[in-house]
Amino acid sequence: MAIHLTKESKVLVQGMTGGEGMKHTRRMLAAGTNVVGGVNPRKVGRSVDFDDRTVPVFGSVAEGMDATGADVTVVFVPPAFAKYAVVEAADAGIGLAVVITEGIPVHDSVAFLAHARHKGTRVIGPNCPGLITPGQSNAGIIPADITKPGRIGLVSKSGTLTYQLMYELRDTGFSTCVGIGGDPVVGTTHIDCLAAFQDDPDTDLIVLIGEIGGDAEERAAAYIRDHVTKPVVGYIAGFTAPEGRTMGHAGAIVSGSSGTARAKKEALEAAGVRVGDTPTETARQVLAALNADG
Amino acid sequence: MDLYEHQARELFAEHGIVVPSAEVTDSPEQAREIARRLGGRVVVKAQVKTGGRGKAGGVKLAADPAAAELTARQILGMDIKGHTVGTVMLARPVDIEEEFYVSYVLDRAAGRFLAIASAEGGMDIEEVAATRPEAVARIPVDPAEGVTPATASRIAEAAGLPPQTVDVLVRLWDVLVREDALLVEVNPLVRTTDGRIMALDGKVTLDDNAVFRQARWGAEDGTHHDPLEAAAAAKGLNYVKLDGEVGVIGNGAGLVMSTLDVVAGCGARPANFLDIGGGASAQIMADGLSVVLSDPSVKSVLVNVFGGITACDAVADGIVRALDTVRLTKPLVVRLDGNNAARGRAVLDERRHPLVEQATTMDGAASRAAHLATTP
Repeated sequence: MAIHLTKESKVLVQGMTGGEGMKHTRRMLAAGTNVVGGVNPRKVGRSVDFDDRTVPVFGSVAEGMDATGADVTVVFVPPAFAKYAVVEAADAGIGLAVVITEGIPVHDSVAFLAHARHKGTRVIGPNCPGLITPGQSNAGIIPADITKPGRIGLVSKSGTLTYQLMYELRDTGFSTCVGIGGDPVVGTTHIDCLAAFQDDPDTDLIVLIGEIGGDAEERAAAYIRDHVTKPVVGYIAGFTAPEGRTMGHAGAIVSGSSGTARAKKEALEAAGVRVGDTPTETARQVLAALNADG
Repeated sequence: MDLYEHQARELFAEHGIVVPSAEVTDSPEQAREIARRLGGRVVVKAQVKTGGRGKAGGVKLAADPAAAELTARQILGMDIKGHTVGTVMLARPVDIEEEFYVSYVLDRAAGRFLAIASAEGGMDIEEVAATRPEAVARIPVDPAEGVTPATASRIAEAAGLPPQTVDVLVRLWDVLVREDALLVEVNPLVRTTDGRIMALDGKVTLDDNAVFRQARWGAEDGTHHDPLEAAAAAKGLNYVKLDGEVGVIGNGAGLVMSTLDVVAGCGARPANFLDIGGGASAQIMADGLSVVLSDPSVKSVLVNVFGGITACDAVADGIVRALDTVRLTKPLVVRLDGNNAARGRAVLDERRHPLVEQATTMDGAASRAAHLATTP
């Protein structure tokens, strides 16, 4: 069953006719994604040939949904226009918007995330690699051929660390891997994914990858302690990273957390999560936990 | 990007918030002139993008223009937490009746902005927040509505601020939205003895992602004290100088941070953070390698790339290209995996450079680079 994305998902691509959109639509199709259309109001009525598949271009998300029954959109629209793209998708009532675009102003993200929440659209990202359910569907830019289907769920802020773990555990395989993105505000959080993996009958174990900054991992740790019964293995990057910029007095007042890698690791361990010291060691912990449980 | 206090003051004034009369200079002689224009007695304030200025001696009262010149001479060039003071702001002093704290800051967890306000402003606001949280009001702002006079009244009331601050709270929200700021903070916001509400000091952090529509302040200035960081910035590289001896190059901030940790776990210290990003070209790799190799404290270099979007053969081409232009005097350990990894490894094998070796795993590569850097 996996989470948020299956072989049944019908995927639109906003910004499909741009350079990045073309490149990654081709890759998504190759990974088995059912891409049913692109969206570009200036190229409406045309279609694009990808190897053995012809994909129509619609003038709006609503038109694309009417014509195809699409329930997922992947957004490659440039930063200046991304807000309007997501608002349009939410207004059309799409279930899931995966926002790949990097460099969106935070005020725009705050606005479209609030709007999407109000309309009942789940947003993954922005500034994320998307999500993949190996062997079924790939919505975003995660390389599909470095792993295989299996029963591990993975959630991470970082793209390349996701790939590293997918590759380390390629022989065991994944139910779904979600890159939630590293921007200051994102739609889907670690906690949302933990909850979905906990409920997913196809996921036996959850890998949570975090990094310094903010307090999302500390909140995830509290959630795991109270709500997650499946084994969770964690990895945190940034123990030796230089101290980041502090945001005046206000930053400390808001989160009340130091945001250091050590604080995050300790919070996760206190919640019963095994935390690896390196990505490779984390992968070993995953295998040990899977063997111990059955 | 953080703004200097005087830039924040300028923004506040443009949005109709009352600020003290003030001017900025980098010369003690001009400081004397400015003090004369402002009426003689002035506060001389170091302009640095860090907190704790007052406690470090960067804010001083000068009784007359001659004292202003002397004080400016003392403060200019001073080092405050690693920041050299390049300019001072001279401001006309005001007689303070009460000090408040107000800010709007991004609440990452909630995905929206939060108003924070307290009737107990001043230097010790963090301590107030920690010891008596009830003295600090935190009100979430609805992104669709923003801060209307009604919202501002609620904020002022919750914090116990006088009604005259409502207007400032609305204008401050305008600063946040119009300037694409992630933080605007006024500390202290004061009520003067003659009853005016005035922003005495401010901090504004702008969103780097919004530069395309907010070009006014330009890019970050003069923050690269380190010559290697400056050289890297000139080539558009995401590079941070660190204190160790293993040069580190990788793709993606998460993987590079992780690589630094793994190097440290092998008993060596990373010399830098360098993220060549997703889809990196051969040119970026070559530029990055030349910057890392020019660091005299680097004893070995570790290239750790997992090709997702990045093609490993492009990374290998970049290394080979760099070897043609830079004379390699330090050992280079390369680990390539993912997209086109086999082709990338073959490119490096063909080049057969005696100082370049490949490793098959990330931990193995880090351990080898650490060994090469720490063994005499």
